[in-house]
Amino acid sequence: MSHFIDRRLNPKGKSLANRQRFLRRARAQIREAVQKSLKDSAVADIAKDRKVRISTKGTREPRFRLDPRTAGERDFVLPGNKEFMPGDEIRKPRAGEGKGRGKEASDSGEGEDDFEFTMTQEEILDIFFEDLELPNLVRTTLKETPSRNWKRAGFTTAGSPTQINLVRTMRNAFGRRLALRRPRPADIEELEARLDAAERTDDGTTDSATRIAAIREELARAVARRKWIAFIDPVDVRFNAFTEQPLPTSQAVMFCLMDVSGSMGEREKDLAKRFYMLLHLFLKRRYERVDIVFIRHTHDAQEVDEQEFFYSRQSGGTIVSTALEKMLDIQRERYVSSDWNIYAAQASDGYTQSGDARHCVEMLNEQIMPLCQYYAYIEILDEREMEVFANEDSGAELWRAYRTVSALWPNFATKRIARPSDIFPVFRELFRKSEAA
Amino acid sequence: MAGAPLFTEQEWNFETLDRVYRAIEEIALGELGLEVYPNQIEVISSEQMLDAYSSLGMPLMYHHWSFGKLFAREDQLYRGGYSGLAYEIVINSSPCISYLLEDNSMTMQALVIAHAAFGHNHFFKNNYLFRQWTNAEGILDYLAFAKRYIAACDDRHGRDEVEAILDSAHALMDQGVFRYTRPPRPNRERALAKRRRRMEHAESSRNELWRTLPAGIEPPATPPVIDPDEDFGGDMKLPEENLLYFIEKYSTVLRPWQRELLRIVRSLAQYFYPQRQTKVMNEGCASFVHYTIMHRLYERGLISEGSLLEFLHSHTGVVFQPEFDDRRYGGFNPYALGFGMMADIKRICEAPTEEDREWFPRLAGCGDWIGALKDAWANYRDESFIEQFLSPRLMREFRLFQLYDKADESAYRVTAIHDEQGYRRMRSALARQYDIGVTDPNIQVTGADLKGDRTLYLTHLMHRGVPLHEPTRELVCAHVERLWGHEVVLEEGDAGL
Repeated sequence: MSHFIDRRLNPKGKSLANRQRFLRRARAQIREAVQKSLKDSAVADIAKDRKVRISTKGTREPRFRLDPRTAGERDFVLPGNKEFMPGDEIRKPRAGEGKGRGKEASDSGEGEDDFEFTMTQEEILDIFFEDLELPNLVRTTLKETPSRNWKRAGFTTAGSPTQINLVRTMRNAFGRRLALRRPRPADIEELEARLDAAERTDDGTTDSATRIAAIREELARAVARRKWIAFIDPVDVRFNAFTEQPLPTSQAVMFCLMDVSGSMGEREKDLAKRFYMLLHLFLKRRYERVDIVFIRHTHDAQEVDEQEFFYSRQSGGTIVSTALEKMLDIQRERYVSSDWNIYAAQASDGYTQSGDARHCVEMLNEQIMPLCQYYAYIEILDEREMEVFANEDSGAELWRAYRTVSALWPNFATKRIARPSDIFPVFRELFRKSEAA
Repeated sequence: MAGAPLFTEQEWNFETLDRVYRAIEEIALGELGLEVYPNQIEVISSEQMLDAYSSLGMPLMYHHWSFGKLFAREDQLYRGGYSGLAYEIVINSSPCISYLLEDNSMTMQALVIAHAAFGHNHFFKNNYLFRQWTNAEGILDYLAFAKRYIAACDDRHGRDEVEAILDSAHALMDQGVFRYTRPPRPNRERALAKRRRRMEHAESSRNELWRTLPAGIEPPATPPVIDPDEDFGGDMKLPEENLLYFIEKYSTVLRPWQRELLRIVRSLAQYFYPQRQTKVMNEGCASFVHYTIMHRLYERGLISEGSLLEFLHSHTGVVFQPEFDDRRYGGFNPYALGFGMMADIKRICEAPTEEDREWFPRLAGCGDWIGALKDAWANYRDESFIEQFLSPRLMREFRLFQLYDKADESAYRVTAIHDEQGYRRMRSALARQYDIGVTDPNIQVTGADLKGDRTLYLTHLMHRGVPLHEPTRELVCAHVERLWGHEVVLEEGDAGL
């Protein structure tokens, strides 16, 4: 009689449908929470599982319940009396202290508490993309795990016959034959020749008879030895070994350049950050290793860490070319272009010192663009300005100057953004190119 | 001492499980004389256990976001190490399904089999509440039906529509049970007659002309047929305690599939209702059974001393009752109270004191503790069980004391402690604490103006002047209005108790 059923191999994720429903239900709260949590997180951290805390608004499950705190009377019994006698009084805990009948607050599951749970990378990306209005095709390519490739990994003693490595096998066999002194065909031939000569000079004496017998014996031994020491033994056989390795093994560096002078506010930086995040995500998919270099500039450029990049302020004028120079310095020092794919993303509000734009264009055309895989320049405007500059050709000095660069170089993109949804079009070009390549 | 231990290793395998199951079965059925449904024991992984949690412990359940929320919460607690997983889940069905967690050691598996497959199982099969109110044979089929039906509704009417109705129905789940009367069951004859009448009406109101309309134009809805059996107003039998039933029956805005959804939620609520009334007894029974069986196994030499100690370690953890001022305190532990009372009944039967003879003249010294317990398991629920069997000795052990709480006073008053004057009073108070009729709000439909503006009148019958929690009251009322389709008035009234 078997009473037992092994369910462990049943398909997992029985409650996946419920989870999707829950995420859908709490969409608004989750989106808010994810945006907030992305805002506080590092550029490279977007594609990770993370905890999100949402308010229970929208996913409340109210039930009628009693509220003995407001009116009425009740009796209740508790365990663990120590010193109380009938007639004693115990002060009630103040409201919100959370003592007393802990049961009421906790198990009804609908206090005003926030609700915290872990979202997977996929779910996070879904929310992130939703806001950026990426087309579905791109979303799936971004989330796809990198393809893998078989790589050679030495030799093994076991494998399929098609993978036999002949050179190795023969070399082993040769070594073994040498070590065990397997007679060569030449040795046999020589013995046979000696035997032949001896037989021919045979004069019937016992002396020559023993000599012939000795040679015969030696020959027989040599032939037998050849027989039991195989030419190729199973222990000699070697196979080519392969292991799976992720395909994109090359490395990339991403330069984030940003104008941090006073005119770049909270909103501008947030937009720029989303742009960097997306670029990083994209690079992450194509390259095994992605370094990020943050360069901020006012009238002077510095390499800084991410925290400072996004959150600290500096005052001063705006000279864009200093950042480009800094980038070139770092590139020369640490990222030699033959080993690294270089991407650059520059965010600015479009203002620079007059005359500097021309200098920038020169640097870009002559030094930077030959090195870069891709250079994206985004100009962050507010929505009002966006309307004014509806025409791509008009704009501030830097914009007009950069337009000339993008005319020369196909991998130089310029774009104006005022809303998160404007960010994606910058990438459209990038993706199209990568598909063609 | 006889026989060699059934197992010595920590790890379990199916052979050992089977041997242990048989040994336990022999004790449970042979020595203790338990009566159980056939057992179906399933081994599951921790992830599947979380899945099971989030579908209310049922092996299949319809989809709803609230289960996803529950899962996310449990998952977070489990991953964060705030809560362990249950060692088992058991379902009141025939065959009785118990889930064992794969991570359990062999000793734990034995404990769990004794606990769930025999303790809970016996209770489900014999307790009067379960026998009268739930249909163990039918529940799994019904859930399968519910799941399929709701999925079909999703497809046909859209997920939002279905979720809206389910949300509202869930909000009224506690008010969706029949507490005192059996659910009215239309008998077969009447159901057939009803169907016949409906068919006739459909046939008589069919008009060939409508078929000639070009596609896209709908014929006007047929006027509702007046069913003499479902005459509104006259036959409403007010007051009605089962809000979901009343709305399902008399709401003028619900469509047939929506009524069916209400019926599904209502049936589930009714199915779980006995479990809510017997938490202490159910867990107590299961704990007492596993405790007895594990000791018998040890006495027969079927488990080693090490196993017994491992078992006792986990058992004491389960029946631990933190005191009220302990950080871990979260109300009475049903395992502790139930097991304590049942072990106490055994003691009273075997070795009574003078006090016990006075308090339990029929039980004291009778010796037949298993008979006494089986009688209790069959014929009581938490409230009556405590009222009947809580002994002064146990009240002293738990060091019980009673508080009186009046909302507008700033202090609780201690009204009774574990002494001669306090025993009876406190026992009744504790029993009340387990009376769902008192702890759940008592809300009744007191009127429905079907001929006029269709307002639905609900009354909350207050017990000792305790009102409803105001913010949730508003939220739930909104749900009632969604289902009823017209204004809903909820009044506080005095039950006069």
